[in-house]
Amino acid sequence: MMKLEIKDGVFGYPNKAILSDINFELNTGEIVCVLGKNGAGKTTLFKSMLGVLKPLSGSILLNGKPIEHWNRPQFARLVGYIPQARSLPFPFTVMDVVLFGRTAHMSAFGSPGKKDRILAEECLELLNITHLKNRTFTQLSGGEQQLVIIARALAQQPSFLVMDEPTSSLDFGNQIKIIRQVNALRNNSLGIIMATHSPDHAFMCDARVAIVHEGKMWKTGNANDIISEEILKEVYGVDVKVRSLGDKSECNRLVCVPTV
Amino acid sequence: MLIASVLFSACLGRYPLSVSDLLRYLFSGQSIDAALPTVLLNVRLPRIVGAVIVGGVLAIAGAAYQGLFRNPMVSPDILGVSSGAGFGASLAITLSFSLLGIQLMAFSFGLLSVFLALFVSRIIGKNHDKILMLVLSGMVTGAIFNALISLMKYIADSDTKLPDITFWLMGSLSSITFDELKVVLPLVLLGTVPIFLLGWKLNVLSFGDEEAKALGVNTGRLRVIVICCASLITASVVCIAGLIGWVGLIVPHFARFLVGPNHKYLLPASFFSGSIFMLLVDDVARSATSLEIPLGILISLIGAPLFLVFLSKSTKKSW
Repeated sequence: MMKLEIKDGVFGYPNKAILSDINFELNTGEIVCVLGKNGAGKTTLFKSMLGVLKPLSGSILLNGKPIEHWNRPQFARLVGYIPQARSLPFPFTVMDVVLFGRTAHMSAFGSPGKKDRILAEECLELLNITHLKNRTFTQLSGGEQQLVIIARALAQQPSFLVMDEPTSSLDFGNQIKIIRQVNALRNNSLGIIMATHSPDHAFMCDARVAIVHEGKMWKTGNANDIISEEILKEVYGVDVKVRSLGDKSECNRLVCVPTV
Repeated sequence: MLIASVLFSACLGRYPLSVSDLLRYLFSGQSIDAALPTVLLNVRLPRIVGAVIVGGVLAIAGAAYQGLFRNPMVSPDILGVSSGAGFGASLAITLSFSLLGIQLMAFSFGLLSVFLALFVSRIIGKNHDKILMLVLSGMVTGAIFNALISLMKYIADSDTKLPDITFWLMGSLSSITFDELKVVLPLVLLGTVPIFLLGWKLNVLSFGDEEAKALGVNTGRLRVIVICCASLITASVVCIAGLIGWVGLIVPHFARFLVGPNHKYLLPASFFSGSIFMLLVDDVARSATSLEIPLGILISLIGAPLFLVFLSKSTKKSW
């Protein structure tokens, strides 16, 4: 089992700490949903975990070794990233984009070979998007692009996935498809940390929850224990009912129902 | 196509030569006229080889810069290499340096300008968007060197030096010799080979720095290597051919239109398209009228409308 952990992390930009006192660990085979209102620092947390943003203090360890001691390809072979927004200035094909995921496995001057192509096709197949293979990425819908980016992360064959709002800007159906996919990946023993704006996603994934609030990691624990009407009121400032659908229903889980 | 263009260009000029005569000479060594070898080897061939190299590698440098800055509107001048080289050459001309001196000055000031831009962006751009800072620094160094070029023109002797400066700034392939090409070619190769090898990484960079890092690319190192190589290429050819704009901007567009954005195919396609474009434009420059038309003028006259054509086509393909 592998582990990505943060010890006494202070994250943000020089002269402006956004998060402090962060202690956290992510293991393979589990999902952690990060909740928090807009601007709470979820993306800052993720960028720090990826080594894109240097921590102001504290340390981030991957399998016990500080992440700054890993070189880029080594790190990328273990940790994949699914970003929030994206812009692609050139019309690459879907296949090319998925092959980008293989970069960490290539030599310094390498380009993808036959094995990489076969693997990329398998990833497309796994997500049921083989039909998009030769399409131009920039011409796909938001949902299709998101699936392609997930396929790219799978081609990377990481042990951990950092997903920054993977369901944002997706329609209702695509959101559920992504959540199902995330559950399937966890069952394949990936460790997933995912920012989301919907507390329901945490119930759907039976996830561990980390609530980022007022510059701290305020609460952590199992979704069923942590997500309550009081806490949602405190974090989001709106009244929400948390109800069980009951043992006999097909969806035996808690749901959040905001009062309007 | 490149070979056809080369043959066609070799036949073109004041001294008439048919393709069949040329081929007969090339394959059997028999020439119909004693002047043929001289015309071909000393006058036309250096210029043709020069056009192929200059056009081709400027297009490669342009494609590399466009990939690096994730922007199809970028040209090799973006970090001020041309302005720097232009100033170096004007200064050298004003100080009555030899031809070699002018070329050396153009080359070193071209590179100096890029390093200055890199250096400035490092200092002021610590916590900002690195690419934006780099582009802005390049604009600033470019503007300074452009002002210095104007200063040189202003103080240069208007009978002797000023025409030389103006002529140099307009670019020309007319004075290229094999000896110059022998010096420039290794420098150009030194810049081109790493860019070709790093083609895949340039692809990955199009998703932006953070994603490229997360995909395992050391983006800082990649950027410095590609900038150094592309600037070396540009400075090397500018110092023998003068300022030649547009090629580095439009040719990669055209090549992307032909083969798509993957640098593995885009870079070679840019080279060949750039070579052919440059050869044909230079053919027009030297043969259209009895007086040679400066290359820079012609490229802009032909290149700018062509660019519009590609642009209107490209909106349908959304790049």
